[in-house]
Amino acid sequence: MSKGTSMMPTIEDQQRGHSSQKASGQRPSPTTVRSSRFSAEKLTRMLFVLPAALYLVLFFGYPVFKNLVMSLQEYTTKTFFTGEAPWMGFENYVAVVNSSLFSSAMLNTALFTVGSIAGQFTIGLALASFFKRRFPLSNFLRSMLLLPWLLPLIVSSATWRSILDQDSGILNRALEAVGVIDGPIPWLTSPSVALIAVILVNIWVGIPFNVTLLYSGLQDIPDELYEAGALDGATRWKAFWHITLPNLRPVVSVVLVLGVVYTLKVLDIILGLTDGGPANATQTLAVRSYQESFINFEFGVGAAYSNILILVSLLFAVIYLRVNRRAVDE
Amino acid sequence: MTTTNISPVSASLQRGSGRKKLSSWGYTLLGTLFLAVMLFPVYWMVNASFQPTGNTLNASIFPWNPSLRGYETAIREQGGNLVTSMIISVGTVLFSLVIAAPAAYALAQFRFRWINGALLAILISQMIPNIVIANALYAAYNDLGLLNTIAGLILADATHAIPFMILIMRAFMIGIPPSIVEAARVDGAGLVRAFVSVVLPVSRNSLITAGLFAFLFSWSDFLFALTLTTTEEIRPVTLGIYQYLGTQVSNWSAVMATAVLSSIPAIILLVLAQKYIAAGATGGAVK
Repeated sequence: MSKGTSMMPTIEDQQRGHSSQKASGQRPSPTTVRSSRFSAEKLTRMLFVLPAALYLVLFFGYPVFKNLVMSLQEYTTKTFFTGEAPWMGFENYVAVVNSSLFSSAMLNTALFTVGSIAGQFTIGLALASFFKRRFPLSNFLRSMLLLPWLLPLIVSSATWRSILDQDSGILNRALEAVGVIDGPIPWLTSPSVALIAVILVNIWVGIPFNVTLLYSGLQDIPDELYEAGALDGATRWKAFWHITLPNLRPVVSVVLVLGVVYTLKVLDIILGLTDGGPANATQTLAVRSYQESFINFEFGVGAAYSNILILVSLLFAVIYLRVNRRAVDE
Repeated sequence: MTTTNISPVSASLQRGSGRKKLSSWGYTLLGTLFLAVMLFPVYWMVNASFQPTGNTLNASIFPWNPSLRGYETAIREQGGNLVTSMIISVGTVLFSLVIAAPAAYALAQFRFRWINGALLAILISQMIPNIVIANALYAAYNDLGLLNTIAGLILADATHAIPFMILIMRAFMIGIPPSIVEAARVDGAGLVRAFVSVVLPVSRNSLITAGLFAFLFSWSDFLFALTLTTTEEIRPVTLGIYQYLGTQVSNWSAVMATAVLSSIPAIILLVLAQKYIAAGATGGAVK
């Protein structure tokens, strides 16, 4: 993998060989030349990773640490003027857990995540299986499917807001024209429907990602397995159940866990569609954290929320890493 | 909506008793239908952008009398923000490439003892919610005077890109035969020279893929724009759209025209740079 390292000693050895032949003992000891050359090389190598390491520490490590500290402080607008952030212990966490919004935010986060993943995955797998068979333009159509994933999320939110508009949005007009519904559905303005609407939009956003990864997973299953299965009478659903799913398992796990981790931190879509409303019906942990910090300027409370969010993500990150390792082992 | 569109086809599919009878062009038709359903919102965005201005959405299914008033308003009100977004995105691409490319090469080809640890850290960093970063950066930027600056947003937006870029470029650079670098070294090039004149040119495709995604990530950024700016001086277009959506939307065609203008980079890249996008879509997540 990295021949770069093994190559250096060879050059050094050659040079040392030459010098020792010509003037042994006269020139500065070859070992010092070697070691200083070697450490210069080592230093250069370190310089390749140093900027990235520094960046990761400053822009990922420091924020995580800072959030931990902030969550234990009374960190408000005043802090920015006085520079004082009194120590509070776990009061912020107590306030968060006792807040009337906490349990609904937890529940909404769970519903949002589970609903989004279930929808994205099911439709994604169906479309991936569909596009696996070769037909004219299949590659072109499949790559065009990526578009929703590449659009800025706030653009998608704006578009969906116009589609879901209660009075004149095209979705209600179409449903009424077909006769499926009698009156317009208040997609984004009714507390009982808004979460469903937000989940539907997030499913739409996530389908391309699922199709792409699952498609590449399906491509990796050798055709011989299906041919052999067909001889044993495994076709269609049986083949899907006994050949496709077991072989797809590693990819499925990766897709699901990544999906969960990405969905947990979704903010753009919810802020663009509902801003956490109506009547807090679409509040999630991420939205709570944003609003406490940047609307109420209670950075300590916001940090407490985001640490809970990190904890939940971390749980899934651990699952991901274990799954990933198993996938590599297999 | 979805079901009404698809059901006639799937019904005929069943009546034909088996997929074999469906010619391959039938699949193309079905696939086109799926795509049409998935891309309908995008069509609707374009359609609504050409409707006469107003606060209602009674758009017809096709812009029979296309009006450019929405675009006039969008360019007048958001043109500057589009330029801001462009500057920030290009800046993010350059900054992220300079930081990530050498690191990707090092993690691919140097034999550091702690490589697995570093890769693990990069994987985990991708999972840290952006709001965590925004919370901390707001305070830090406030002290450093980086709020409301292009540089501040470039540095923050690079968090979307750098871990992803390192992983995706590393996946490619593992395949570079060390012999070509050795050859350059034997000719007297230093490690840095060899990297610039040999490694970077052969990694061109992966650099393009990584750069394109860095651009899209930064162009799409909303949260940092929302949290790390407090005035109207520096305002990326994503935030401009959010402000439009603020209360009651008063001019839908202007909102949708801005949305269309903000989608152009994604659409151009998807059409012109399809192979790079496809490579990035699968490469970054799994490998």
